Amino acid sequence: MGKKIQINKEFVDIMPQDYLDLVDNGTYESPNRGWKDFGTATELIAEHSLCAGCPESIAFRHIMASIPNPEDTVMVGSTGCTSLVFPMIAVHNIHSLFGNQNAIATGLKRALAVRFPDRVKDVIVLAGDGATVDIGLDMTLQSWFRKERFTTICFDNELYANTGGQESGLMQKGFLAKMAPVGKKFEKVRLPEIARESGCDYVAIMTASKPSLVEKVIKQAVLIAREVGPTYIQIYTPCILEIGKQSMEGLQEMRTSEAPGERFKFREFISPEAQSFLDGLAEKKKAEKLAATGATS
Amino acid sequence: MATETNSRVPQIGQRNKKNQLITDPNEMFFLSPRTPSFLTGSEVIREAIRRASVDFSVAYPITPQSEASSLVGELFAEGYVGDYMRGESEFAVMGQCAGAAFGGARVFTTTAGPGTLRAFENFPMWAGSRLPIQVVFTVRGVNSPLTIQPDTLEIAFMLETGMLLWHAETAQDLFDFMLKGYYVAEQPEVHLPIGVICDGFFVTHTKDMVMMTPEDLALPHYDPYRSPVVCMDMEVPPVRMMRDPFVMKSNYISYMTHASWQLEIRAAIERSRKHTIPILDGLIDVENPDAEIMMVASGTAVSQAREAIRLFRDKGVKVGLVKIKTLRPFPTEEIRKATEHAKHIFVPEFNVAGWLAREIKSTIDRNGRVIAGPHVAGGMTMPPEIIVEEIEKHLAHRRNKELVHG
Repeated sequence: MGKKIQINKEFVDIMPQDYLDLVDNGTYESPNRGWKDFGTATELIAEHSLCAGCPESIAFRHIMASIPNPEDTVMVGSTGCTSLVFPMIAVHNIHSLFGNQNAIATGLKRALAVRFPDRVKDVIVLAGDGATVDIGLDMTLQSWFRKERFTTICFDNELYANTGGQESGLMQKGFLAKMAPVGKKFEKVRLPEIARESGCDYVAIMTASKPSLVEKVIKQAVLIAREVGPTYIQIYTPCILEIGKQSMEGLQEMRTSEAPGERFKFREFISPEAQSFLDGLAEKKKAEKLAATGATS
Repeated sequence: MATETNSRVPQIGQRNKKNQLITDPNEMFFLSPRTPSFLTGSEVIREAIRRASVDFSVAYPITPQSEASSLVGELFAEGYVGDYMRGESEFAVMGQCAGAAFGGARVFTTTAGPGTLRAFENFPMWAGSRLPIQVVFTVRGVNSPLTIQPDTLEIAFMLETGMLLWHAETAQDLFDFMLKGYYVAEQPEVHLPIGVICDGFFVTHTKDMVMMTPEDLALPHYDPYRSPVVCMDMEVPPVRMMRDPFVMKSNYISYMTHASWQLEIRAAIERSRKHTIPILDGLIDVENPDAEIMMVASGTAVSQAREAIRLFRDKGVKVGLVKIKTLRPFPTEEIRKATEHAKHIFVPEFNVAGWLAREIKSTIDRNGRVIAGPHVAGGMTMPPEIIVEEIEKHLAHRRNKELVHG
């Protein structure tokens, strides 16, 4: 636990125990934070009000464990199932309207850059597919065209879950849903490809089944957004309720959907600039490791 | 308006990177020497922003504010504004403004007519989130067929957004309202967005003499830590706001939370009075308060009404005038008092709906005295002769009615 997040001594006796735990046993300012902290450290997301077994809650946990500098990260959400979780997350986060998340993040990131020109302040957008691809598509794309320096994460459950399972642009063709009474007539929107063409320096499509992969992707995406340009991650978080699955079947649904040839098979795009940045990071890490080994031997 | 305690932000008495002296707002408004400049309304907007220590501004072209928002861009290029960008639509622009304000920036933007309506969902969100963003509405028509002409109808849509709304009559008002607007909107007990309204073209595109504060004085920077809600910059520890978001609940606690917050926004508007009254010298100005015939107006309709008073004076008829400076807070008591002796209250307006007359009718006693009009709309001018003619026509009609029925 670092020094930034502290409780005024006068207030310690009136703060709830879970907040004290967060301060004493949280992972703010921990340089190697990650999903392996589960079970030993207090997580930035303690509870949620999503359905039991919702894969979105799994993805949320993995992401919150993986963001590199939570003590200097502000998140932006949108309306939908994610907006029910954000109030319980222990970093500053903004909900304002439905679909405007990338516009909010644009202003936020720029304001933080004006106010803290010499400091790291990461901005991460996390919204559902309706917010990202349908109602907010204009603002999603425009932020990428402008090369805004933040990460956009889309929780893709292939429908409008919070309003009861209506058709969305990321829904698969032919799927029967509310507002698609004879099946969806057009293909799942290819936002990862569009993201690449729109200026994103890093794009990944995946599920939340593997915490180590989520951790790697999130860290890369946030660091590239900080130093190079916009990044986009699309994570399959199936709505078990709307696809007729049981609470314990979410993980298997994600695994099935990421098998070779399936629509959520892990794919990533890294721009040459982002790759050279990642190579530089790897070199630096290697050098540090070497130096540490040298110092101890 | 205390200055932010961030060490890189210049404090009162220090100079910013443009060598402007950060000055106490009251000293700047009332004690600093003023010099006359002959400027368009758009240039006045630029000059106010030059002196306002703005951190972030977003622009989007729409007539008649395009020139003003471009001029703010020039200020950014000169180093007077922290960051500046062109948004992709007014809805996005107002989101970008919100994001920056959530992040602790002083924010400025402008829009008009259809832009205002396209952005509309943002305004109650700004108010509910307590973001003291300033937007200048250079109002124009919103009807179809397409119009770009001056018309104040869009103000009617803005009245219940929870924003402070001040209506400038002249370019001088515009300059003063913009600077003073930040001062009031950012008070911790107010902390609301403010719309400074001016009538498109009549104010933006005409030249007028404006008494300006010195160019080398600037307002203190916005201090985001004097906000009644947390600044989203992770500089103060985060909280888990609630276990169950209120949106999930259909119970009394949830209803009460939403209701009380709406009431609080309205209460904050009312609390702005105590800061606004001294700084604007009242929410209204009154001319000839003892006249039996009164006019009540806001914006450029005030100037036209003033001319009409002169024409009436030449005819030996005394007519009075109430100039409304703030539509939110609405000067209910002030208008009641100023019109208590009036037998006839005319409300000249540049819109077809007569929203100001409706506001007045709903707040004063014996509201049968209120005559909604004269109106012009769609870009028409309102010559003072028309005001005189309409008032005379109405009074003659009333006299005839009294003769017949009386």
